[in-house]
Amino acid sequence: MLHTFVALVEDKPGVLTRVASLFRRLNINIVSVTVGATERVGVSRMTLVADAEAGAAHRMKASLFKLENVLDVDDIGKTSCVVRELALIKVAATPASRSHIFELVEVFRARVVDLAPESLMIEITGVQSKIEGLIQVLTESADKILEISRTGRMVMRRGQHTSRVLEAMQTANGNGDAKTKPLPDFMPDKSDLMS
Amino acid sequence: MNKAKSHTEPAPSSHPARLTGAEILWATLEGEGVREVFGYPGGAILPVYDAMRKFPIRHILVRHEQGAAHMADGYARASGRVGVAIATSGPGATNLVTGIATAMLDSIPIVCITGQVSSKVLGSDAFQEVDITGITLPVTKHNFLVTKAEDIAPVIREAFKIAASGRPGPVLVDITKDAQQSTADFDFAAAAPRAYRPHPMLSATESDLAEASRMILASKRPVILAGQGILRSGAMEQVRTLAERAQIPVGLTLLGLGSFPASHPLSLGMMGMHGETWVNNAIQEADLLIACGMRFDDRVTGLPSTYAPNAKKIHIEIDPAEINKNVVVDIALTGDLKAVLESLLPLLPKRDGAAWLRTIANMKGNASVRDIQNLADDGHLYAAHVMNDLWRATNGKAIVVTDVGQHQMWEAQYYKHDEPRTLITSGGLGTMGFALPAAIGAKVACPEKEVWVVAGDGGFQMTMAELATIAQEKLNINIAIINNGYLGMVRQWQEFFYEKNYQSTPILSPDFVKLAAAFDIPGQAVKTRGDVLAAVTAARETPGPYLINFLVEQEDSVYPMIPVGKGLHEMVTRPKRNPIVEDSSDL
Repeated sequence: MLHTFVALVEDKPGVLTRVASLFRRLNINIVSVTVGATERVGVSRMTLVADAEAGAAHRMKASLFKLENVLDVDDIGKTSCVVRELALIKVAATPASRSHIFELVEVFRARVVDLAPESLMIEITGVQSKIEGLIQVLTESADKILEISRTGRMVMRRGQHTSRVLEAMQTANGNGDAKTKPLPDFMPDKSDLMS
Repeated sequence: MNKAKSHTEPAPSSHPARLTGAEILWATLEGEGVREVFGYPGGAILPVYDAMRKFPIRHILVRHEQGAAHMADGYARASGRVGVAIATSGPGATNLVTGIATAMLDSIPIVCITGQVSSKVLGSDAFQEVDITGITLPVTKHNFLVTKAEDIAPVIREAFKIAASGRPGPVLVDITKDAQQSTADFDFAAAAPRAYRPHPMLSATESDLAEASRMILASKRPVILAGQGILRSGAMEQVRTLAERAQIPVGLTLLGLGSFPASHPLSLGMMGMHGETWVNNAIQEADLLIACGMRFDDRVTGLPSTYAPNAKKIHIEIDPAEINKNVVVDIALTGDLKAVLESLLPLLPKRDGAAWLRTIANMKGNASVRDIQNLADDGHLYAAHVMNDLWRATNGKAIVVTDVGQHQMWEAQYYKHDEPRTLITSGGLGTMGFALPAAIGAKVACPEKEVWVVAGDGGFQMTMAELATIAQEKLNINIAIINNGYLGMVRQWQEFFYEKNYQSTPILSPDFVKLAAAFDIPGQAVKTRGDVLAAVTAARETPGPYLINFLVEQEDSVYPMIPVGKGLHEMVTRPKRNPIVEDSSDL
């Protein structure tokens, strides 16, 4: 089955390798991974989709937490969340054959973002099934798909839920005599994290 | 800690001083309490070696960097402190890898420091450049690449923190040559590591503790499984209190030996593949297992689907990733073992376990005596004799550092460890060549303790170059080679599972006594049982190192044995033709 994890990680060289290497070591295939900036400087957000048996979730999550650069892990599982994927699809199309593609794009609430004499590019955002639906319809209507680029899944929980990382950050350097001293520069500065 | 002030360089203080990266490294190590390091110089680490003379830290020159990592490992296992190994870039760094992996699999806190080519040429395949942080990523708890002098102190301090906290493990710090050479302000206190972050999934709730206590009280046939986590956590007293208060017998893992006294009436001995029959039988018949700081390794469980089929399981463990990994448990109490037991013990009243203890005593019969000394000498020298005599001669007080193979199991069976940290062995990775360098680390950590290497003729030859290190450092280490002319454990498997096709297992050895003599290390060969004790005594009474080449029975096997893929109840016991009493089924 597919497992989806959101991991907040330090934005430093090699962190993606550490996360990827963990899954490789566990012999678990990563279906998709998206990484990008977050609301906090120095913290990146990864959405990882991995194909593994149902019972593997605990170990994946616990093992992710063991990585020193991982600040928080959320097993999205069956929680209520918004799931999105972005795809760019380039389709072979001449001026004569464009119009029915425009109609499909309309139906799928996608957009045409590039138009060339012999091709056009569609941008579509949505859940996986919606994107696959458009690809299927394009294929069935004998349009030649030239290229597809998909981002993989991004997720965010609905409502008030926020990551525990905020809490973790508040105590990260708040113990004992380290309190008044600046963080070493290989750590994200606390004020950046809180801003 | 009271710092020696004989040197003139700045000791750790809160006043920043301008130092080179190399000096910062030493000053930080000194501040972390490091007194000894194990290493081998080379081009990319030369600035560090150049700065060493200014600091009161002893450097032990190894003969191969694998030895440096094993020595740091043995140092950590013997003392509980973090061990430090230093190597240069490229081959120096790659030679560390086996030692790092050994420490990783056994959760041993070591910090390995490697030199790296200058940051300007990183990635250019410069001379002796290797991506050691990439190579060691899966076998370290964490690693760092440092390219700036000002990062050295905070990273080293962070490395020590990571290595020693939570579930310990090896950390590697790769420092570019230009970072060693350039200068930065050094302020030890300001470089303090971030606060230890306990694993967020740790959980030992009050209701879980209460339920665990209820399960213990309700159990009829409980067994405590004692693992190395007891030593790492320092929970020897708490485990003993648990066992004594609830009258629960204790089986031990290989790495757990010493965490509970072997001579204690509740001690059952080692469990698992070469464990005692009664321990494994007790586990199979148990209705409750209380696993303390162990991870249900496959050498312990045998075939997991048949493991302790009637037992409920309580798993007390610091690493949440170990829960339900190999064996599904009923209650997981995740956290530091000592702290968890201190929360559990107040909930636990006294319990009467006499009936179950009697049952186990009956399983044992008189096999528990293992009194091979009373058997008539039939002219054969068995490794078991050697181990038993070594135990007697040293009163079970020596630190014994074993290699990997048959002798390792015989040691575990016949040397009774009553005290923590007296057995040092590579359990998880099973690294041949571990014993000699690890013993050097143990001796350097505990110079007042008697240290014995017990190694096979195969494993000893993998790292025997470290004899030169022993000679150069004048270390009083005694070496017992259990020489059977075979790679014995592999030969045993070939005997059992490959129709005695002894392919590539007969092994030629040099005359080890002559080899030792080349290093001015005295020694003798022993061929008969009657000479064992005299040789051991000679080794103990000779100042400095001593080597004994025990020429033992060539095709002896370790019994009992659980074949791979079988359950604990499917043990192969010693054939009756063999004169050594192994278990009650022989009698």
